[in-house]
Amino acid sequence: MHKLSIAELSRNLKNKVFSSVEATRHFLERSKKLNPEFNAYITLTEEQALAEAAEADKRLAAGDDNVLCGVPIAHKDIFCTNGVRTSCGSRMLDNFIPPYDATVVANYRAAGAVMLGKTNMDEFAMGSSNETSWYGKVRNPWAPNCVPGGSSGGSAAVVAAMMAPGATATDTGGSIRQPAALCGITGLKPTYGRVSRWGMIAFASSLDQGGVMARSAEDAAILLNAMASYDSKDSTCINEPVPDYTATLHNKLEGLRIGLPEEYFGEGLHPEIQAAVEDAIKILEKRGASIKKISLPHSHLAVPAYYVIAPAECSANLSRFDGVRYGHRCEDPKDLMDLFKRSRGEGFGEEVKRRILVGTYALSAGYYDAYYRKAQQVRRLIKQDFDEAFNDVDVILGPTAPTPAFEFGAKGNDPVAMYLEDIYTIATNLAGLPGMSIPCGLVDNKPVGLQLIGQAWDEARLLNVANEFQHHSDFHTWTPGGLA
Amino acid sequence: MNPSDVEKLAHLARLEISDDTIAEVSKSVSEVIKLVDQLQAASTEGVEPMAHPQDALQILRSDEVTEGNVRDAFQAIAPATEDGLYLVPKVID
Amino acid sequence: MEWETVIGLEVHVQLATKTKIFSGASTAFGAEPNTQACAIDLAMPGTLPSPNAEAFRYAVMFGLAIDAEIGKRSVFERKNYFYPDLPKGYQTTQLAEPIVGAGHVDIQLEDGSEKRIRIHHAHLEEDAGKSLHDLSSSIASQGMSGIDLNRAGTPLIEIVTEPDIRNAEEAVAFARKLHSIVTSLGICDGEMSQGSMRFDVNISVRLKGEEEFGTRTETKNLNSFKFMEKCIHQEVERQIDVLEDGGTITQETRLYDGETHTARAMRSKEEANDYRYFPCPDLLPVILTDDYIEDLRQSLPELPDARKQRFQQDYGLSSYDAGVLGSDAATAHYFESCATAASDAKLAANWVMGEISARLNAEEISISHAKVSAEQLAGLISRIKDQTISNKIAKQVFEAMWAGEGDADSIIDTKGLKQVSDSGAIEKLVDDVIANNPQQVENYRKADDAKRPKMLGFFVGQIMKASKGQANPQQVNKVLLDKLNA
Repeated sequence: MHKLSIAELSRNLKNKVFSSVEATRHFLERSKKLNPEFNAYITLTEEQALAEAAEADKRLAAGDDNVLCGVPIAHKDIFCTNGVRTSCGSRMLDNFIPPYDATVVANYRAAGAVMLGKTNMDEFAMGSSNETSWYGKVRNPWAPNCVPGGSSGGSAAVVAAMMAPGATATDTGGSIRQPAALCGITGLKPTYGRVSRWGMIAFASSLDQGGVMARSAEDAAILLNAMASYDSKDSTCINEPVPDYTATLHNKLEGLRIGLPEEYFGEGLHPEIQAAVEDAIKILEKRGASIKKISLPHSHLAVPAYYVIAPAECSANLSRFDGVRYGHRCEDPKDLMDLFKRSRGEGFGEEVKRRILVGTYALSAGYYDAYYRKAQQVRRLIKQDFDEAFNDVDVILGPTAPTPAFEFGAKGNDPVAMYLEDIYTIATNLAGLPGMSIPCGLVDNKPVGLQLIGQAWDEARLLNVANEFQHHSDFHTWTPGGLA
Repeated sequence: MNPSDVEKLAHLARLEISDDTIAEVSKSVSEVIKLVDQLQAASTEGVEPMAHPQDALQILRSDEVTEGNVRDAFQAIAPATEDGLYLVPKVID
Repeated sequence: MEWETVIGLEVHVQLATKTKIFSGASTAFGAEPNTQACAIDLAMPGTLPSPNAEAFRYAVMFGLAIDAEIGKRSVFERKNYFYPDLPKGYQTTQLAEPIVGAGHVDIQLEDGSEKRIRIHHAHLEEDAGKSLHDLSSSIASQGMSGIDLNRAGTPLIEIVTEPDIRNAEEAVAFARKLHSIVTSLGICDGEMSQGSMRFDVNISVRLKGEEEFGTRTETKNLNSFKFMEKCIHQEVERQIDVLEDGGTITQETRLYDGETHTARAMRSKEEANDYRYFPCPDLLPVILTDDYIEDLRQSLPELPDARKQRFQQDYGLSSYDAGVLGSDAATAHYFESCATAASDAKLAANWVMGEISARLNAEEISISHAKVSAEQLAGLISRIKDQTISNKIAKQVFEAMWAGEGDADSIIDTKGLKQVSDSGAIEKLVDDVIANNPQQVENYRKADDAKRPKMLGFFVGQIMKASKGQANPQQVNKVLLDKLNA
């Protein structure tokens, strides 16, 4: 059953081939068996899941026609879930049980989807290897000695190991696409403002965006249909109509103009990944797409700009964790300063502290113009590069990550080496554009990803291109060896 | 970026950093600063800073009370409360 | 040495919206701790701000009232600092692009002269919660403070003046005028004792003729005109003493203690204020259209200056009376209701500025809490006008009204205070007094015209005393004169 797609699960549920309780129990059993090995879930919500499934079965019996009704999925532990611990991968929130749902969670609840559990992640979504989680590293289902990518490493591993057919995730600089690539699954980061951030614990507010992970573009489209909504509780959520993303999945690609940015195929890219991406592009060419070389000339500034903006925003966003109203509080604080410093010092891990320090520096008196303002200017230049490029092309293609999954500890104490993992994904967040990663082969027996970048609000086209690609290739059906 | 600079930042950010890690922390923060210093080479004269990806405008909410008393639910998850108040070490102005 | 004082004010005005600036929680005063703090106000993880349209409307109304440029584009920024009553660890405020630009407020001084105080700008921001430290409860005995976040997120406008104020009198006149403007606009309830208006006072002194400003201190959170006045006098004196002793002024933040009426430097060290402002990424720029601003300009309520003029014209009040009665909307409304109901503006003005104002001051309450309503007062004034009671009796009736004993008519009735105008009864009173005081009558009749009025007072006093104050004084006078001159 775990090999079924969301679309297939949905059909079987509708046709009463099995019930939601049966499907849910199956995925829970599988998760309980596999999770000790992969550590992809922080929390499995067995009891609640079965209750939700029973509820979904009632809805199905009453003729509920929602595609996701009764389908079990997993939520990244960054989305607040009413009554269920939401840790954000941090010791700071190890004891945090929110009395409210994120809008994304509420949307899936309303659609009748069943929550299996909360997935592991880099602490506060800061990381590209899932090694910064307070709950320990997640193992890549394809190569258990390697990272799954991050920050949504748990969601990616859950989907790759078929512990859930789909999962929610978030992407601030590549946190959906890079782990999707490293775990050989399909991940979509929507346009900034497409998905409500209400109840999604903030890392960098102007970059964070919720998105989906699944094993195919079709399933990603089904998940996005339920996730995307206008939400007045998030001022940055934009009131754009939400199309039916499944309706255009099979559009022909004839006439599609694909742009290949020269900056995404340069030094640092693993040659075999380059070859895999080029082979993938040939498949699309065969479907009638035309290829054009383009330039995104400010690409080299994306990582530096991001590492000013994201830390600056996070330095303020994480100030609310002060040991007063919720979360970790140090033992016997001797005064207020001690309460703040020790609660935060103990509650946050190294990477989070590093980014708070960098952000504090970038915003501090005398440095604002040189760093923050400058980064915001560069951000506009990067956006303008994309605007320019999209005058001539419909989608931009390239590699998702420069390397396949690497071994634990490989980036050691070098934060900058880790940051360069997101060299191809970060610009998309700065520009607020939708991006996808789909599997396009194996390098060293580890999956690699093809990245698709679209214009704002053009998720439907990305899903269409991805779906057509997946109809004419089978990379997305490959599963990790040894995982039946 | 030397350890005393980092200590000042850590104080501003209310982060305790132990003496035995401060050297390492300042080294890694310095490396990140070196990375972002690449920005200085960019020519940005006359470029309007971009704070948000979408060129959208704020929508304002109407002034209607929508939230009720949620004290019990929220103080149930608080580290220290008494008489409906959150407790902190004595505040000295 | 002759010293000159330079004062600039930062005034925090709580806006009278129903809900918080970024959440739908109520702003009503006096609720149980933390019962009006919702997930947003508590800065729960994942929550986001949702700005209140009414707060913008009020801020623009204020801008229009002080003739300021309105920020058609305004941007919220984060001001970062840690404090237990600041749940997010930053205050959402405005800096580079505030809602109200430069404007001015004209004040009138006691000598009748006018002075213009320039406003640098006014911005929208959120209030913080409250730290309650001096609790007698077990919280204090544990060495703890309690945090109440009901006030957190209450909308404020912070009004920042140019350093145009030169002494305490000007500062108080400005503060009162501001109070009058915001209450007239209806954008603030003006309840000083509840912290609806709080003043931060920046004070420096310099030698007269000096161009450069001296080093300034800031005294924070003064919530009464009286405190502000005292605080300025003390601080100016302190600074002059320090300077004349050859010392220097330290730039510092001071706290005024309303109990002891003294100020001291804040103990919490103000480590070089590095607030790390940056535009709040959770909020987008607010754009106001010309139409929106024009509509507000057209529908602006009457402002104190205009009202003062109207009171002089329509009610024939003196400039001073019109200024006092027109100063705040509640007083103006009270006066007008009373004057209309009693059809006598002069008497209404006298009573509002006299008995009512004295009572309010004595009990330190605002006119909206007056224990005699405008209509009740008008009822009393009507009885004076129709000579049912004398002015003197009226004061007695007023006391009873204030004490809650009922309205004027019922008190006059039950206490039998009605004025005696029956000519037979008055004649009897006069006859009795003349008969009982033959020596005084003889003296009067022998006296010349210049001395007679004073001597008449004796008889009137005796008669009024005999009537327990209820005899109609005009009638008494007439009958008495007739009889004495007969």
